[in-house]
This record gives sequence, C-alpha cells and structure tokens, in this order.
Amino acid sequence: MMRFSTLIKHPADWMTGESEDVDTIVLTSRIRLARNLRGEPFPGWATKERRVEILERLKPEVEGLSQMKDGFSQELDGLSSLQKQVLVERHLISREQAACGEGSAAVVNRKQTLSLMINEEDHLRMQAIRPGLALTEAYGIVSEADQELEESVEFAFDHDLGYISACPTNLGTGMRASSMLHLPGLVLSDQIGQVLQAVGKLQLAVRGFFGEGTESLGNLFQISNQSTLGESEETILRRLERVIGQVAGHERNARGKLLEDDPEMVFDRVGRAYGTLRHAHIIPSKEALNHLSLLRLGVELGFFSVETLRICDALLMEIQPAHLQLHAGTKLTPEQRDAIRAEIIRTRLQSLDAPVMNKHTADEKRADPPEDLTEL
Amino acid sequence: MDCDFCGSKATVFLTQLVEGEMKKLCLCEKCATEKGVTDPTGFSLADEVLGGSKVAAPGQLVAATPVEQGPECPNCGFTFAKFQQVGRLGCSICYDTFRDDIVRRLKGMHKGMTHAGRVPEGLMAAYEREQRLGRLNERLAEAIASENYEEAAGLRDEINEIEAAEVVES
Repeated sequence: MMRFSTLIKHPADWMTGESEDVDTIVLTSRIRLARNLRGEPFPGWATKERRVEILERLKPEVEGLSQMKDGFSQELDGLSSLQKQVLVERHLISREQAACGEGSAAVVNRKQTLSLMINEEDHLRMQAIRPGLALTEAYGIVSEADQELEESVEFAFDHDLGYISACPTNLGTGMRASSMLHLPGLVLSDQIGQVLQAVGKLQLAVRGFFGEGTESLGNLFQISNQSTLGESEETILRRLERVIGQVAGHERNARGKLLEDDPEMVFDRVGRAYGTLRHAHIIPSKEALNHLSLLRLGVELGFFSVETLRICDALLMEIQPAHLQLHAGTKLTPEQRDAIRAEIIRTRLQSLDAPVMNKHTADEKRADPPEDLTEL
Repeated sequence: MDCDFCGSKATVFLTQLVEGEMKKLCLCEKCATEKGVTDPTGFSLADEVLGGSKVAAPGQLVAATPVEQGPECPNCGFTFAKFQQVGRLGCSICYDTFRDDIVRRLKGMHKGMTHAGRVPEGLMAAYEREQRLGRLNERLAEAIASENYEEAAGLRDEINEIEAAEVVES
C-alpha cells in the first residue's frame, strides 16, 4: 500500500494540469456516487462501535478492488488535522469526512483518479476525477468500482427510490456530477450573473469553487446536477455536458469580444496580475487566486507560453493553507502563510517572461504597411 | 426577531416556497451574507429546511437531539422528528417506515419521483427491461422535441422490439 508521503509527492494529473489536451475552460470533471448497506444505520446515526464494524466490513472489499491495487488506504483517526486538510485541498476526501475520526477511512487509487470514502455521510462515497470536460469518462471509472463492489456487498436499493442515501437529496442514482470551470471572460464582461442564472433554471447548481457560499475566488465555478431521482445517469450526464459546453462557448465568446472591444483593459488586468505575482512579498489567498486566474487567462489569450498553464494549475493547489504548512513543515499564522505563499509564487514564476500583449495588434500593424507602400 | 442560525438580532427576512409550502427564515446581517441570501440564485431555503447545507461531523449529527416524538423506525430507532432536524435518515429501513412523509418532500427536489437509473446486478430481468424502456422513451421524447425524426423512428422500432419480446415470453 501507498504511504501518505508518496501520495503527496505525486499529485494526480488532473491536479497539476500535466495531462495532455486539457480544455482550458473546463479544468476538471468529477463524479460522486453514494451507496449504503441495507439495514445498517447510516454513519451519522450509528454508534461508534457500529461504525467501526461497518468500516471493518467494507474496508477489505474496497481495498481489494482491482482499481485499488498499490493504492492508498488510511483510517481518518490515524491522520493529523493538517494531513486531513491536505487531502481536502486535493479533493481526495471531503470537508465532512475530514471532521470524522474513528470508524472512517479513505481509500485512493495509485493514480489518484478514484477515491472511496467509507463512513462519510453515507457508508460509501465513491468519486472519480478527470481533467477537462470528461464526465462520462469519470463515470466509467467510478461505475466500474461500483459494479465490482456489488458482487460482494448488498447495497440498499428500492424499486421506486433507487439507491438509498442518508439524505433524500441523493436518492435515485446517488450520483452528483460536477465540473470546475474557469470563467474570467464572463466575469470581466459582467455577464456571469446572467449565465449562472440561466444554468440555475435548468435544475443545475452553480457555486464558486473556492470560498464559501456564492463567493467565487479565481473566477472558478462549479456546475453540478441537483436532481438525482427520476432520470438515468446517462440523461443527467448528457444534459450537464451539453450545458457546460454551452457555458464554455459563452466564455469563449466573451473573451473574444473583450479583446475586440477593450484590449487595453484586458492587457492592463493581465499585466498587473503578472507584476503583482512576480514581485509581491505578502499575498493573501484571495488576491493570489484572482491574479492567477488572470495569468491563466493571459495564457489562453496567447500572451504567455502554453507551459505557463501547468504552473498556474499547480500553484492553485500549492498555495492553499494546508499545503503551505506542509511545505513549511510547521504550523503557520495567516501572516506567515501570506509571506510563504508569495515566495512560492515568485519562485515558480521566476523564469516567466513578461506578457507579449500587443502581439495581436502588432501583427495587424505589420500587415498593414506593405499595402500602404504599394499604394504609394 | 432573532436570527434562526446564531440568535443575534435578525434584519433579513426571507420567504420562499418549498415543496409548495411557505417557509420563512429570519437572519442577522452576518449569517445572511455568509449564506448568500442576498444573492437569490445562490440560496435555497430547501437546503436549510432539509439540512442539505449543514456541515457537521457524521456521528455527532444527532447526538445532542433531545426531541423524541412520533413512531420510531423498528430497525434503527430513528424518528421523523429527528429527520426534520438533521435532514438525514437513520437507516435504509427508515425509507419504508416514513415513506409517505419522505415522498411528500421529494417533490420539487428531484426531476421525478421514480428511479430511472442503474439497477444493481442480480435484480429481476423484467425490472431492467422496464428501465431500458423508460430510457428509450426518454430519448424518443428528446429526439422528437429536437425534430430528429430519423433517430426517433429507430428508437420506436427498438421499443416495439422489446415490448414484442416481452409478449412472446409471457
């Protein structure tokens, strides 16, 4: 089995943007399935003894999954709160599970594309994450684990209500599908509210990816299905992929229009972000996320080399509080974190050339004179 | 009026229709901002009423609950009053025990009231066929809605085939 340190040293492809052909607007796609044992009290209602019994019954089954070969398996009470927080920041366990102690475990496959939480809100929560808009691919990964487990475990299932979950909001498929989208163009052009409202009307949920509630940091938004009962997995995924594709299209248009209508403003925002990130010595998380978003936008608009995208995505993970403390090897005050965050960002961006922002307009200008000359 | 979340003086009052019923929430300024009440797209009262957005450690969810009323689930001892507090049930058998009360709350929460997705292996073949027919009919409706008549015709043939096979077998 894989050790915690090994897990941390080798982040998954979807965490660092290392994978090929990544959609620059849709960062990741995630599927989560909720499953429960028939007749057993749900983790929130079970006594600690009962939870431990359920864990002991499920853990070997989960560890024995063919996809879990050489994976990582850890009971939550064996982790420090910092270690738990790092796993939350990597999206390998949920915030809710990080609050669990005895009788709960996380099992992650070697590639960190699949993670199963035992005794979170439900007896089993299985999730798969893939880069880009790849909900169907992620569903395939998690569904394989689901079917393999079903051979040896009897999940609670009802003819009408489908897979039974602790909370009625997850009944039916027990499936929550979500994608993380980077939408700076829609935010800068003030169209984000409209688009999100339209998405909300389709019974899909939109929330900021970092931060609490509706606040969105780094222009990152998560779109997910709200309804889990009354439709097949296929139908839910198809609708979600269609809507996400449309939102990505709107984002693309918004960027194009911004560049056309107000290039100076876009250059200014990206340039300031570059300047701040390259030279700041104290940078709070919120400011860093927002500037990194603009840097990322700059890459997508061709102001920076494509490799910069990877640096941005890796930084999104590295500058979170628990990761900073893991990096420093000690608990840090918020002030210390802001300083170390700035240091890490400066180091990573050290060799990043200044943005070439007039590339577009310069090319046009270069193209123009010859015509004028011939006329002369 | 006190804030329903923290007990401070409430300054924001929110009324929403949840499952056809009027529900009212009183919030102080701080909780209103935190919960995104000021942004109508980002806040659903249903989450609060059903406990969807409450974050608590499993195992500690219901430990401090003093209320005991109504029938208990024969399998796990959970009561419906507790569900109304924490938004989660006690075990899978609770869904049989409190079925009518739960089903009434599902309206508006989900697209439909009957499961249409994957069924565990080993359940009756007839049930799987029923699911398959449901899915095909769903796609048929979509194809017709988008005026994709060629696909619709193919789907209708497939549906007829499955239904005919059923008749032969029985």
